[in-house]
Amino acid sequence: MNTLATPPKNFEVKPKLDAKGEELGELLEVSMGPHHPSTHGVFRMDVVLDGEKVVKLKPVFGYLHRNHEKIGENISYLANMPYTDRLDYFCSMTNNWAYALTIEKLAGLAVPERAEYIRVIMAELTRLQNHTCLIGFFVQDMGALGTPMMYAFREREKILDLFEEVSGARMMCNYMRFGGVRVDVNDEWIAKTKKVVADYSKFLDEFGTFLTENEIVLARTQFVGVLPKDLAINASITGPMLRAAGVNYDLRKVDKYGIYSRFDFQVPVGEHGDIYDRYMIRVLEMRESIKILEQALRDIPAGPVMDPKAKLRGFRPKAGEVYGRVEGPKGELGFYVISDGSPNAYRYRVRPPSFINLTILEDMCLGHNISDAVVILGSVDIVLGEVDR
Amino acid sequence: MLGEQIIKGMAVTARNFFESYVSKDRLTTVQYPEERLPQKGNTRQFPFLVYDGDDAEKGLRCVACQICEKECPPKCIYIVKSKDKKPDYKGQMQVYPVRFDIDLSVCMSCSICVEVCPFESIKMNTEFELSTADRFGGLLFGKDKLAKSNSYYQKVHPKDAAESDAVIAAEKAKAEAKAKAAAEAKAKAAAAAVSPAPPVTPAQPL
Repeated sequence: MNTLATPPKNFEVKPKLDAKGEELGELLEVSMGPHHPSTHGVFRMDVVLDGEKVVKLKPVFGYLHRNHEKIGENISYLANMPYTDRLDYFCSMTNNWAYALTIEKLAGLAVPERAEYIRVIMAELTRLQNHTCLIGFFVQDMGALGTPMMYAFREREKILDLFEEVSGARMMCNYMRFGGVRVDVNDEWIAKTKKVVADYSKFLDEFGTFLTENEIVLARTQFVGVLPKDLAINASITGPMLRAAGVNYDLRKVDKYGIYSRFDFQVPVGEHGDIYDRYMIRVLEMRESIKILEQALRDIPAGPVMDPKAKLRGFRPKAGEVYGRVEGPKGELGFYVISDGSPNAYRYRVRPPSFINLTILEDMCLGHNISDAVVILGSVDIVLGEVDR
Repeated sequence: MLGEQIIKGMAVTARNFFESYVSKDRLTTVQYPEERLPQKGNTRQFPFLVYDGDDAEKGLRCVACQICEKECPPKCIYIVKSKDKKPDYKGQMQVYPVRFDIDLSVCMSCSICVEVCPFESIKMNTEFELSTADRFGGLLFGKDKLAKSNSYYQKVHPKDAAESDAVIAAEKAKAEAKAKAAAEAKAKAAAAAVSPAPPVTPAQPL
């Protein structure tokens, strides 16, 4: 494997000189954010501009820091579950799953068959709604104000209604438990979900006609914000960003956690690593998610949804350390927990995908216009709740 | 042709616009205060305390065990135990909460308290229109505001209420059976104590 494709940049900006060695105009330093609507939350970019070209970009985060890891070390394992919802508030189900998976590994709990199927269904529904929203957001960053995002939100709401019906909350689901899931789903819910999934491919077709070949989208996204393959690997980028750069790496295939080995699905891989590839990867992933959902909803068996060994009160896993990870919609979401046998974790650490995917923002933005930097940031798919924790 | 796809996209927008007048799938929003969506299955908002019967003070199921206070992630529950005891639904003498406060402005509606409660006494409400102009005490709910009757619980979550009623009925029956068995044993022992004991005579003189 090569080393970094581009040498590390120092943040000294030299004034632009003409042929005689005299300065040409001034560089403009812009502080974008933390309340800029295009930064998807409280995130700041220190951008240095030459005309409209980005010559230096420094991402600044930490405005939404709320001590998540330290809180997790001071409350019981169970009580930390609702806090994981608030990491990436678009995908609370996959966050729950990653945390439950980690603690199950630590405590040696088995998950019943039905619960595994429910988890897969929830995770893939989460992936659908996250990718739909993301496309809405980043098309909005390109200036399509409102319309595509509202269509995305309309469809997302159908999935959130399903979540609310079973878990009680639209976004902060707090649904998975160590050794299963909290509430069983009924046949009526499964029938409803089947209908939503069947309608979803129609919506994707419509969304596709709307955006995929739209000339403005093509002009704004193709060959913009290219992320080279070797840089993506070296910077430990995961998720759709990595696959768009041409690396076939999906934890659902690599780790085969849960029961993903039973489903027939493919991993879409991009070619150029530009914004358009990242957009297409997400569209294709949604198609694969629909395939997984159809299989899971067809095959879901009857049975219990909780491991009888699991207990809610007085849960004390044995001492040890463990790392659990799942393929979240944004990338590899991992939890690292050290237990000393007490009711709370000795050390609790989150590996957030969007935080690590954000580290190469400068490499992608250099040389592009400031308006492209906004779109590039949108295509990274960040949620500040997870970046800052 | 350049712009062809843009026109196709506009056609999608136009279809959505016109179909929103006839199709419910295209227009999903409702005019909230006048029009309301039906409640979704397991919707949860904020916790409340269940009491049996008509008297909120007498029938309160909570026995101030403080498990919910300990497990609550944002620590929004505050309980003060009583010094004296009163009978619970099983007839056992139990302490009760003198104070049971939940600060709803801190509560994050996670329903961990409901799951850890061993006495089926704290449950999730579906009431969400709680906004108040009072910044400090307005959302600090004491026992008087939190206590809701079991029939209210049966109304908001019929399925869960039926399950919790079944659990309580089973526990009650078990407690009654135990009490009956204990009473019978006691009666037997008493009867045995009343009947003169046979004189113990050693078989052989020592």
